[in-house]
Amino acid sequence: MYTSVITDTTLPEVNLGIRGNGHHPIVSIQRLNVYAGNHHILKNINLDIPKNKITVLLGPSGCGKTTLLKCMNRLTDLYHELKVTGDVWIDGDNILKSNDNIAALRQKMGLLSQRPYPLPMSIFKNVAYGIKLKGIYDKKLIQYNVEKYLREVGLWEEVKDRLHQPAVGLSIGQQQRLCLARGLAVRPQIILADEPTSALDPISSKIIENLFKELKKNYTIILVTHVLRQAVRLADHVVFMSYGEIIEEGAPADLFKNPATEKLREYIYDGN
Amino acid sequence: MRVGRIITDRASGFWMILSLSLILLMPVIMGTGLFMKSIPIWEQNSPWQLIFGSDWSPTRGNFGFWPFIASSLYVTILSFVLSVPVCFFAALYLTQYASEKLIRLTYPAIDILAGLPSVIYGVWGILVVVPFISKVVAPVFGSNSSGYSILAGGIVLAIMCIPYILNMLIEVFKTVPSGMKEASLALGASYWESVKHVVVRKSFAGIVSAYGLGIAKAFGETIAVMMVVGNRIQVTVNPLEAGYPLPALIANNYGEMLSIPMYDAALMFAALLLLAIILIINLIFRYLIYKTHIE
Ligand SMILES: Nc1ncnc2c1ncn2[C@@H]1O[C@H](COP(=O)(O)OP(=O)(O)OP(=O)(O)O)[C@@H](O)[C@H]1O
Ligand SMILES: [Mg+2]
Repeated sequence: MYTSVITDTTLPEVNLGIRGNGHHPIVSIQRLNVYAGNHHILKNINLDIPKNKITVLLGPSGCGKTTLLKCMNRLTDLYHELKVTGDVWIDGDNILKSNDNIAALRQKMGLLSQRPYPLPMSIFKNVAYGIKLKGIYDKKLIQYNVEKYLREVGLWEEVKDRLHQPAVGLSIGQQQRLCLARGLAVRPQIILADEPTSALDPISSKIIENLFKELKKNYTIILVTHVLRQAVRLADHVVFMSYGEIIEEGAPADLFKNPATEKLREYIYDGN
Repeated sequence: MRVGRIITDRASGFWMILSLSLILLMPVIMGTGLFMKSIPIWEQNSPWQLIFGSDWSPTRGNFGFWPFIASSLYVTILSFVLSVPVCFFAALYLTQYASEKLIRLTYPAIDILAGLPSVIYGVWGILVVVPFISKVVAPVFGSNSSGYSILAGGIVLAIMCIPYILNMLIEVFKTVPSGMKEASLALGASYWESVKHVVVRKSFAGIVSAYGLGIAKAFGETIAVMMVVGNRIQVTVNPLEAGYPLPALIANNYGEMLSIPMYDAALMFAALLLLAIILIINLIFRYLIYKTHIE
């Protein structure tokens, strides 16, 4: 059941050691609790995310998946009503405890949200935005990178003639790929994707899925999805949550074939 | 049943169209009325003379409206300059930085300010702003201003407009989805960078229209300005001098001195001017909004 309950140790070296499944966890979450007033949103979450794999978060609506993602890049800071306790180790840093450079920390993670949010500027500037924030101002270099990442998400051919038009003019599927390109352009290690295909048509979804398969060679992907088939297609590791708790986690083949808990069984059969 | 529904459908459509046409026709009706009533003065003076002439002596038949137009523009621009930064930063702070508690506290305050009748602002201007200018500001510049001045008008007007513009700006900033701000933060921007590049940029058209509505309202504001601006007919660049805005001219004199020939028509012309200038301000801001949208 709880395949990765971590014992009470606080040394980062120990926590980031090789775990039973033979992979280095790039993210290690320990005793994470999130409260909003009396509402206990995340309850004692302990979770290791393997590097260069796709970890899929599953669970009924409202179980805290988005909140868990937001803890990983400290977007929870934006919500004064949330109280977060515990540890989130990323790449050797306890990000909930260190306060020095949140911007740099956030650049280690690319965020892809449920709906694409292109920034109110041109296509080109959307991708250049994060690059400039890294302190790169060389025009040539920016141009090179914008093209590179637009190619990486397969958008370049579609937009190369209208780079300087507003990004909102793109279709939703294109916008989502633009958001991915923009996220990749800051060269993150981890991609946090919160139901990235839920607003997309099947073809655009397929494109994103294929990109993810490609991207996991170089990135660690944490994907929230409600589409079980998508989870089956993409997941290397599945985490099933319910009411703010991790109920089960493991390899997709085991988990989907032999769910150990009634909750997961229900979720799987009602979902199909 | 079916027939009944079709009839109510038709009827409600009719009433909606009727109400809408009334609203659309109102400015046209008012404009035509004012134009007809001011025809006598057109026949005697060229529009150029009327608008840019500075000689105002109704008894001799000279009607130069420039002192009034200039005063109005001056007071309005002054109030605009004073209220723009205040509204902008206050609205940004309230929507992006303030705690929920502070916002709940400020809303009623803003609403009360927005709802106060303008006479109260006028009285407050006479009690506070006018003495402040005559005792504090004027001596610094070596002027012996009475305090009843264009500056006083500008300040009172600014304070009147602030809650009005602030309310609109708050609504504008609130419509920026938080997901967009989060996207910017996730890319490594600081909070202020996200506010600047995303919230403000996204709101640009809304900001322009809030200010446009504010300035149009300010231009036509009568009572409060009239109470503190001094009402002397002169053209001046010194804000410590008195002025005489267009709405004050109409409010002060309509119904009096009807014995003077053409005076009636002159006041109608003043009203027509007011209407025209407000229309022009609106058009300019509409154009700006259009420009920001297509960019
Ligand atoms: N800022 C907040 N203030 C109060 N409650 C919150 C806040 N953010 C999230 N919650 C609550 O936390 C719970 C989990 O929300 P979350 O958005 O993480 O769910 P989710 O698993 O992503 O759901 P969905 O699948 O519908 O996206 C919900 O009950 C929600 O109401
Ligand atoms: Mg969610």
